Amino acid sequence: MSGNSTDIESLVNRRYRHGFVTDIESDSLPPGLNEDVILALSAKKGEPEFMVQWRLKAYRHWLTMREPAWAHVHYPPIDYQAISYFSAPKSDADRPKSLEEVDPKLLETYDKLGIPLHERAKLAGVAVDAVFDSVSVATTFKSKLKEAGVIFCPFSEAVLNHPELVQKYLGSVVPYRDNFFATLNSAVFSDGSFVYIPKGVRCPMELSTYFRINAANTGQFERTLIIADEGSHVSYLEGCTAPMRDENQLHAAVVELVALKDARIKYSTVQNWYPGDENGKGGIYNFVTKRGDCRGANSKISWTQVETGSAITWKYPSCVLRGENSVGEFYSVAVANNMQQADTGTKMIHIGRNTRSTIVSKGISAGRAQNAYRGLVRIMPQAANARNHTQCDSLLLGKNCGAHTFPYMEIRNPTARVEHEATTSKISEDQLFYCRQRGISEEDAVSMIVNGFCKEVFRELPMEFAVEAQNLLNVSLEGAVG
Amino acid sequence: MTAMLEIRDLHTKIGDTAILDGLSLTVGSGEVHAIMGPNGSGKSTLAQVIAGHESHVVTSGTVTYCGKNLLELAPEERAREGIFLGFQYPVEIPGVNNAYLLKAAVNAKRRHNGQPEIDAFEFLKLARARMSLLGMDPGFLNRGVNEGFSGGEKKRNEILQMAMLEPRLAILDETDSGLDIDALKAVAKGINALRSPDRAIVLVTHYQRLLQYIEPDRVHVLSKGRILRSGDKSLALELEERGYDWVREAASA
Repeated sequence: MSGNSTDIESLVNRRYRHGFVTDIESDSLPPGLNEDVILALSAKKGEPEFMVQWRLKAYRHWLTMREPAWAHVHYPPIDYQAISYFSAPKSDADRPKSLEEVDPKLLETYDKLGIPLHERAKLAGVAVDAVFDSVSVATTFKSKLKEAGVIFCPFSEAVLNHPELVQKYLGSVVPYRDNFFATLNSAVFSDGSFVYIPKGVRCPMELSTYFRINAANTGQFERTLIIADEGSHVSYLEGCTAPMRDENQLHAAVVELVALKDARIKYSTVQNWYPGDENGKGGIYNFVTKRGDCRGANSKISWTQVETGSAITWKYPSCVLRGENSVGEFYSVAVANNMQQADTGTKMIHIGRNTRSTIVSKGISAGRAQNAYRGLVRIMPQAANARNHTQCDSLLLGKNCGAHTFPYMEIRNPTARVEHEATTSKISEDQLFYCRQRGISEEDAVSMIVNGFCKEVFRELPMEFAVEAQNLLNVSLEGAVG
Repeated sequence: MTAMLEIRDLHTKIGDTAILDGLSLTVGSGEVHAIMGPNGSGKSTLAQVIAGHESHVVTSGTVTYCGKNLLELAPEERAREGIFLGFQYPVEIPGVNNAYLLKAAVNAKRRHNGQPEIDAFEFLKLARARMSLLGMDPGFLNRGVNEGFSGGEKKRNEILQMAMLEPRLAILDETDSGLDIDALKAVAKGINALRSPDRAIVLVTHYQRLLQYIEPDRVHVLSKGRILRSGDKSLALELEERGYDWVREAASA
């Protein structure tokens, strides 16, 4: 159809909806990184000795490492000395104990984002541990969770109140030496969420964190640790938006999940950080390490992600299937538009017998974006009867984008069964004309077709998130027709 | 009888190739017209031009629909104004639920007409009624649009959409092709059920056999982008007997 490429561009060029900056004084450390900065950071948080030592070990190791270059992404060198490693809202000295005490400006920010925290939390039955910049400012539903024995709090609080749990599990899934970005995170992590579900407890509500990067030039280093003790269940939601900014903002988070015997963890993400403008200026660099350890028999970890934002996404939520009969799942929708670059996928490491994994990856590319799926399925010699099914589909919108698939398989046990299916397709003119002939606008037709393409993944999201994800997709791809 | 569709001296091209070459056609409300003609005569082009397919460029001529200049409208606007094209090859849209597409289409039209949107409950009721009229399995609604449908199912699905959208002008492009006799009868039955004094139907077809089940008011023979001959239903029978060459020879004589 004639004129489509311009349509695509205009649709793709919609301004980022959440681009605004809240005017709150930040109590930031000056830019730069050295041992004194780490000590200052740790002191601001009043951390115990084990934590300081762990950070320093990580920092010293980080100095010996080099930034990885194997991903299918390109960006100018990052000056790690130009980043400020701590930023908290000014009111940190007297931290609010409840929402009523929260800085009204913060609440306004949530309103702009369409997250009226208190209402939403109550209506949806969701407990929200809201991360504003680096310090968690509001935690709701604590008492109800407490009744069930669930611990859900900012990571910095867990370090102070539950040091034995933190010390036991921190770094047990993603060691501080793991990779360049995870190691950096280990040295300077700011805050994040901590969850502990005791034996046999089904967490009475979905746990949810909204992230937001706010202060300029502040690299954000979230650290999340979720432990599901024997026989427990938990579903955790993570969603994020960020304000419009010219500087590239580095984000290097680490998420560790531990599922003990018979435990289940479902971790869902909707990621909508600022992707940069149509020329790729600005936008978040998202270098995340997410890994789950199915440590006990019959445990299950399920990752679901909808990634529409960030200039660069470098993210491979993985499962280590250690326990017998344990199950790992990865469901992903990754959208790359304009100049966005996404290199994302998963790793399924089969160690235990009868372990099973499922990978469903849906990549959507539009504009001049590059979208890569990178996945590893490793079957270890002792993993008898391991099974994996991988399905990897790419959808291209327009002529100038790219989709790439890098599946790696290492199979060291002859009883393994590993399947890989991959497809690449385009939204055809015939499909669009068909929908338009039925009275449906081109935009709605694209979003309908794209949502159909992503259905298998959206089905895995908790209800309220599924709706949000569809809306997000519509906004991200409005007008991206090819 | 008011002219619902008035095509005058229409010339079109696709790329550099001229297809329609001075075609004129008038269709009135309540009428059923059959457009017949050999392969490559421009039958499907006519259907697509009326629906607004952008690969066809209109170089001259006019198309008036209910008093409006149709050529100014985008395909979706034409659809909302009541033009329906039953596709020769309905496309598959994987993962998109048939019911979802139908509901979106019905509501797009209702919004256009200033009517309130239909809710899920009402929609299901209406869809079920229409499906039983067409002898269709309700399970159809929950399948992906044309995904894995047989040829007959696809064509029947087109008729279901037509029944739901209640167009003023329906153009059915070779709806009979690729159907076995039972499917043909079922589709014809559906089309007949949708005949109405407020609706015009244009059947684009290669063969006379569809016309055994749907009796047209007018039959037109198309060749090389223009209508060579028009007549009543007996023209279709004559064509079947004497072949298209007969019309061509008669025209050039």
